[in-house]
Amino acid sequence: MTAAGERSPGGSVLFLKEDFERVSFEPQTEPVGASGATGTASALGRRRVLRGIGGVAGFLVTIALTFLGLLAITFFIGRVIPIDPVLAVVGDRATAEVYDAARVAMGLDQPLPVQFLNYVGDVLTGDLGRSVSTGRPVIEDLSRVFPATLEMATLGILIGVALGVPLGVTAASRQGSWTDQVIRVVGLLGYSVPAFWLGLVGLAIFYARLRWVGGPGRLDIFYDGLVPPVTGVILIDSLIAGDIDIFWNAVTHLVLPASVLGFFSLAYIARMTRSFMLDQLSQEYVTTARVKGVPERVVVWRHAFNPIRVPLITVIGLSYAGLLEGSVMIETVFSWPGIGNYLTTALLNADMNAVLGATLVIGAVFIFINKISDVLYRVLDPRAR
Amino acid sequence: MASTRDWLLDDSPASRLQASLGRFYRITMALLRNPLSVLGGLIILVLIVTAIGAPWIAPYSATGQDLANRLMPPSAAHWMGTDELGRDIFSRVIWGSQITLTIVLLVALIAAPLGLFIGAISGYFGGWVDRVLMGITDIFLSMPKLILALAFVAALGPGINNAIIAIAITTWPAYARIARAETLTFRNSEFISAVQLQGASPLRVIVRHILPLCTSSMIIRVTLDMAGIILTAAGLGFIGLGAQPPLPEWGAMISRGRTFILDQWWVATMPGFAIILVSLGFCFLGDGLRDVLDPKQADKH
Repeated sequence: MTAAGERSPGGSVLFLKEDFERVSFEPQTEPVGASGATGTASALGRRRVLRGIGGVAGFLVTIALTFLGLLAITFFIGRVIPIDPVLAVVGDRATAEVYDAARVAMGLDQPLPVQFLNYVGDVLTGDLGRSVSTGRPVIEDLSRVFPATLEMATLGILIGVALGVPLGVTAASRQGSWTDQVIRVVGLLGYSVPAFWLGLVGLAIFYARLRWVGGPGRLDIFYDGLVPPVTGVILIDSLIAGDIDIFWNAVTHLVLPASVLGFFSLAYIARMTRSFMLDQLSQEYVTTARVKGVPERVVVWRHAFNPIRVPLITVIGLSYAGLLEGSVMIETVFSWPGIGNYLTTALLNADMNAVLGATLVIGAVFIFINKISDVLYRVLDPRAR
Repeated sequence: MASTRDWLLDDSPASRLQASLGRFYRITMALLRNPLSVLGGLIILVLIVTAIGAPWIAPYSATGQDLANRLMPPSAAHWMGTDELGRDIFSRVIWGSQITLTIVLLVALIAAPLGLFIGAISGYFGGWVDRVLMGITDIFLSMPKLILALAFVAALGPGINNAIIAIAITTWPAYARIARAETLTFRNSEFISAVQLQGASPLRVIVRHILPLCTSSMIIRVTLDMAGIILTAAGLGFIGLGAQPPLPEWGAMISRGRTFILDQWWVATMPGFAIILVSLGFCFLGDGLRDVLDPKQADKH
């Protein structure tokens, strides 16, 4: 398999890289071609279908278990918090009767397993509790702030892919040259620069000094609230409203935080692309193509690049999930009204319902993208079928 | 000198000590041939020396305020300028190295043995033990680390100790995976069977014969992870959930400097350079270590 051991310096703020090794490059446990010798063609086909169904079922079970694990963790975090959740609702001046009534109403008098089941049921019906600081249901708050994060992360991943893939390919095709060294250092910087620091420095240079970009927030203050929210993604909403001024204003505000995010995904994508490409370029068919006189550009971009598109999809998926997480830091710096900002505000106010709700949503999206890229890998790579 | 070298490189070492010293010598020599890992090693050496010698190196106190000299730009007296309370940023960065080093060491000391042990048990016993342990590991691995750490700190309460615990909780699963993979490669080998036949208990086999063989890949991984741990700790400090003021933690210092970023850029910028430098140092050293200890990967980098 390609680059099974690319041990990237894991645990960076942005990416769960070790996950990548695990997700796609562990030998698949499914017995490939286990039904060879005896079966007729039709039996083979039936078995393949059965195995497909088994695979789908196994996949669903894994996803369900992982989500249950996520729920167990958030439930546990909600329980071990030292503050009494009842006191947070009724206040410390409440009488004993009020306190007990609230305790029963919140279901806290029941044994822990029952409480957990209730919690799972609540989450499945979309009830994440009420935020103490905004006074609204957490699920409402989250659906309001999520599009802002999605907008920023999507632009970020586009930047990361558009620059990272060519950089990685270039580095691999000129292995050892100074271009390769520069790209390598850029890649390592992606693991050593704090995202929030880069955002601050970016603001100081490009906003305060050069005035090239808009400042914090999604829009200038006098444009705020002029566009009716349809999708929540301001670039799309402003176009729907036909307001080009607001669209460009939103772009100037978006470009800096998205570029900062893009830098981190670029570093990761370039590093992985380089490693995949080096694997391919050392294969014999590449040598054959070169010997036949195929132009180097075609060798690199067609012969060597085509086979790595599948693993790259996994990398890009993981990087995208990482950006959703990484936006927590960036949003604080840019006062971006997304889920990360919501989470940090809630953290500082000890607003546990909001914290757990945001953790659940980010965790769920993260797991979902993770698993989807895993599935895409299996579907697209003929060897993994 | 020459005889010491010969003793170290002896092909048939007479004692365990000689063998391990010889191995250490070979690794060091191989590392010294790679300029980037030398640079990384130097950076980390400087970090350690700075952390130990902070009281003597730092020109000013980390917490002493001097309101007459607040927000001064970098100068000969204050190499990195002063912050909003007139504290010397250079001195605070130096004192902050102690906090960074403590966090990194403690996280490594908690997470690596925990991961090693869980992974080795999982790989050694196999069966349902393996399935349960790796199921838990997988669940932790598919969570976003930073968010998980944030939620844990929120529950435990802000502070540097809780930040360390939270980071350790999110770091161990990767080590468990590695330890399990390593254990599986030699679980059925003859020397393990030999020890088992001599009547060694599973605990003894794991601790004396399996764990030592997992250490080299673990060292690579921990070194490479250090940068991420530093960044997470700084991020927690930045949000206000890690080290609390007036502790000179680098992330918290950046957070204080946020207010002045447009006019007094140095307050927030300087601690960032320290974070980048130290993280890069660990990355370089980790890359070098991997090339030496894991030659299979070496040709790719």
